[in-house]
Amino acid sequence: MKIAVCVSHVPDTAAKINIGADGKSIDPAGVTFVVNPYDEFAIEEALKTKEKLGCETVAISLGGDANKETLRKALAMGIDNAVLLKDDSYRDSLSVAKALAEEIKAQGAELVFFGKQSVDYDNSVVGQMTSELLGFNCVSVAVTFALDGTKVTCEREIEGGKEVVETSLPAVVTAQKGLNEPRYASLKGIMAAKKKEIAEKQPAASSNYVEVTAMKRPAAKQAGKIVGTDSSAVPELVRLLREEAKVI
Amino acid sequence: MAKFLVFIEQRNGQIKKSSYEAAKVAAETATKLGGTVEAIAVGGDITNLDLLGGYGVSKVNHLKNDLYTEYSPSAYSEAIVNFVAENGFEILFFGASAMGKDLAPRVSAKLDAGLAVDCVALCVEGTDIIATRPVYAGKALVDLKINSAKKVFALRPNVFSAGAPSEAKAEVSVVAVAAPNLNVKVVEIKKSEGKIDVAEADIIVSGGRGMKAPEHFAMIEELSQLLGAAVGASRAVVDAGWRPHAEQVGQTGKVVSPTLYFALGISGAIQHLAGMRSSKYIVAINKDKDAPIFQIADYGIVGDVFEVMPKLIEEVKKIKA
Repeated sequence: MKIAVCVSHVPDTAAKINIGADGKSIDPAGVTFVVNPYDEFAIEEALKTKEKLGCETVAISLGGDANKETLRKALAMGIDNAVLLKDDSYRDSLSVAKALAEEIKAQGAELVFFGKQSVDYDNSVVGQMTSELLGFNCVSVAVTFALDGTKVTCEREIEGGKEVVETSLPAVVTAQKGLNEPRYASLKGIMAAKKKEIAEKQPAASSNYVEVTAMKRPAAKQAGKIVGTDSSAVPELVRLLREEAKVI
Repeated sequence: MAKFLVFIEQRNGQIKKSSYEAAKVAAETATKLGGTVEAIAVGGDITNLDLLGGYGVSKVNHLKNDLYTEYSPSAYSEAIVNFVAENGFEILFFGASAMGKDLAPRVSAKLDAGLAVDCVALCVEGTDIIATRPVYAGKALVDLKINSAKKVFALRPNVFSAGAPSEAKAEVSVVAVAAPNLNVKVVEIKKSEGKIDVAEADIIVSGGRGMKAPEHFAMIEELSQLLGAAVGASRAVVDAGWRPHAEQVGQTGKVVSPTLYFALGISGAIQHLAGMRSSKYIVAINKDKDAPIFQIADYGIVGDVFEVMPKLIEEVKKIKA
């Protein structure tokens, strides 16, 4: 069996976001890009499964040359092979999913891990879309994963609890924080990853279903009132919450 | 005349609040564009479906089978996709709840329809629907236009108001479905007993590293119980293992917009602020006057959280007595 992990290359969560000159995307100047945090859980789960079953793993990323950094990180953690679907242009979720589905099919993977969302566009949909395009089963937002033969059992997070979901391979699973504790790349892994070839492929062109017409800043929130510096300010705070804000 | 369809989420036969919100917004949008609005509910027995008329839905299509009682991603998405294809619906609305976010992308991929998920505003410009949604956990917003013939919108819960329903009743049509596709099925639901989820809470009481130790969250739990609030946590305390990840607010946790948010011993890292800045009122208690949280707080106390909290609990007890 082959396992695929789809990874994206995103601004660090500590990054300040500025709007670019086109008014439709971010200004990348001064922004550090990292492996999407949720994809680290996806990579780890692929590695754990590989260690248990001895299968082959491949990491796939769609984007520009910079995404190779993220693919290298996946290789350094222990993924066997990496593929960059090279496309510098903006793609919406469904056209990303189409390109990924094509590659997953070409790879012949039967189990695919995604992070539950990329922390750039925050859509949380590409894994589910890809599964439908492939005709694979899918569990999103998984906090546990167990594979027994071809049977897949996961717990997924929902409002106020968890759903226990059963399905079977071939399957897509999207990883939520808590699924596992991602390993650090070893020095040996980092050195080995440097020597590995990252395959480059041209994904099929796809027109965008969704177009960004503008990117803007959220309305600035004004700093409010400092009510006091110790517990003597509490009655006034409670009065303000009751009488001014009317929220308690 | 555009045909709109709203997905109605049910749990235990009860309609979720986010579905009323989606119905209301779909109806308002359809009025502006000159369209009709029907709803689709998938489940076993579901109560009050006719009341959706009060939110502007003319007809509710209830796809019924006892095997639909619990959520099944494969069964629900297949049923919706078939129904949409057979009946020529063009514009679909979902609430972007856990179920909606799981379903909407499946339906969108199957229908070859563009998807705008987690929308926080919707407006009609000419014949286009422009959806606004947060990106980078709310550090920026984008306006989106869907270019495909079929379009899917999923609305962030708790942002749009469903308002009070009118007296109108919707026609309820029961559609029997013979053999649901149960390739993926929910076999059990494990509830977090007696806890309110941060994603659904009106009030959130959150603690950060300034709480100093996990046992000090007892104060946060006490205050949240008094207020009927959910307990939230910063990434630092979740990573330290003091609190479960389900409580984490921020870019790698949940993005929330409650009416009232208490940030206690939270300095306000950019990734935390991104997750809660759209709260209506923010109260911060922190001993560092330069903490970034004070830049967005409506009310602040620059002081020792351990000295202020007991008094706050006492005062809230008084007003709740």
